[in-house]
Amino acid sequence: MKGWLRSDGRKGIRNVVAVAYLVECAHHVAREIAGVDRDGAHVIGFPGCFPNPYAQKMMERLCTHPNVGAVLIVSLGCESFNRFQLDQVVAATGRPVKTLVIQNTGGTRSSIAAGRDWVRAQVAELATAPQVPMAVSELVVGTVCGGSDGTSGITGNPAAGIAFDKLVAAGAACIFEETGELIGCEGIMADRAATPQLAHELRASVEKAARYYATLGYGSFASGNADGGLTTIEEKSLGAYMKSGQSPISGLIKPGDIPPKGGLYLMDVVPDGEVRFGFPNISDNAEIVEMMASGAHCTLFVTGRGSVVGSAISPVIKIAANPHMYARLSEDMDVNAGRVLEGAATLEQVGQEIFDLVCGLAEGGRSKSEELGHQEFILTYKTFEPIGPACLPV
Amino acid sequence: MLTDPRLLLLAPGDSVFVLRDQIDAGETVWVAGVAVAFPTRLGLGHKIARIAVAAGDRVIKYGAPIGRATQAIAQGDHVHLHNLTSDYTPTYALDKGDA
Repeated sequence: MKGWLRSDGRKGIRNVVAVAYLVECAHHVAREIAGVDRDGAHVIGFPGCFPNPYAQKMMERLCTHPNVGAVLIVSLGCESFNRFQLDQVVAATGRPVKTLVIQNTGGTRSSIAAGRDWVRAQVAELATAPQVPMAVSELVVGTVCGGSDGTSGITGNPAAGIAFDKLVAAGAACIFEETGELIGCEGIMADRAATPQLAHELRASVEKAARYYATLGYGSFASGNADGGLTTIEEKSLGAYMKSGQSPISGLIKPGDIPPKGGLYLMDVVPDGEVRFGFPNISDNAEIVEMMASGAHCTLFVTGRGSVVGSAISPVIKIAANPHMYARLSEDMDVNAGRVLEGAATLEQVGQEIFDLVCGLAEGGRSKSEELGHQEFILTYKTFEPIGPACLPV
Repeated sequence: MLTDPRLLLLAPGDSVFVLRDQIDAGETVWVAGVAVAFPTRLGLGHKIARIAVAAGDRVIKYGAPIGRATQAIAQGDHVHLHNLTSDYTPTYALDKGDA
């Protein structure tokens, strides 16, 4: 494996230019700029005009993600997002960074032209940047599931869990979520905590999620989940929980917290305080973005109904849980865990295949969604308190 | 007790089997020693009752409770939204009209 070494010691498995818009009003210009080289330049951004410390932290983490080699900040000019701070945070890491303010650059056409010139030069520069050897223990890997059905919890999710066990054993940091989809699992999960204090924190995070979703009136459960045979949120949760594998749980992090060492971490994605900005994660990519903000080099995405998404910045490996869906959507799927149902493979074999694919991403391999040009990204408003002292390994 | 190989038992104490392949409309299928007729198609991932469950009792899958029966469930019944409810938040299902 090889990676690009960053000034904070982390290594990236990609070396892209992030084109970051700071309000929806700058989105079109950012998209047009990145269009000059869709492989080398990825669009990320925040649509809101109101200030939000969570969004600021997320954008700072994403713009200094190890897979990012340079950053173009695209501002309209009058939004509340603190572009000065973002620029300084990126510059402090030694990455090339430029802030383009559309209102000061002559408008849409002039800003696109200026941005494209800068991006083109950066992509050329990054293409010649040297790589260094990289170990599995330097990886951060996330996992999400989406479009789940009654097969997700018996094929794709436990196979992802086996891959996680192998990664954790090799010293990598692995992150699973989402607490709203672990409702009903809090007891069995707390039993795996490294310390009694962490067990309490894990339990409390799920209880918070249950309260939050009860207030909203809907569980983290889409109509298609029921079409696929799932009936209740706790049933979906038990299936989702299988993604975590069998390793002891080392810590509890919130979006943007970077695991301090290898091990298995739960990400608490449900905001703190009273219900304020709506549903915690309005779609699967919101979860993937939070994994990336915590340093994930890639994300394992288990799907039963058949999601096609990828992500900006970090590759997504899609694992089909359902063999019928795999037959319909094979052009989008990296792994067919549905083979387990047909007796054509064991969970262990599929888990090893996923592990090998993850390592392969740092050896020149590309995921299906990368090849297809998927670069979805979404970031919305949230509020978090910092994690407590019992949440991280000592 | 004879059970169709398409019915998967996930944990020893479970009250449901999970379908690892679909059952076509009109099939008769062995469920823990009982022959059960299925008038409509059931897709993979759906649940079939392995044992009878009384109304109000918990339904067990993966060895853990996944909600409560809202009516008496007989061995061989399809277990889904019409007879099982969450102990946490209610399940929303899309109204597809006649589609």
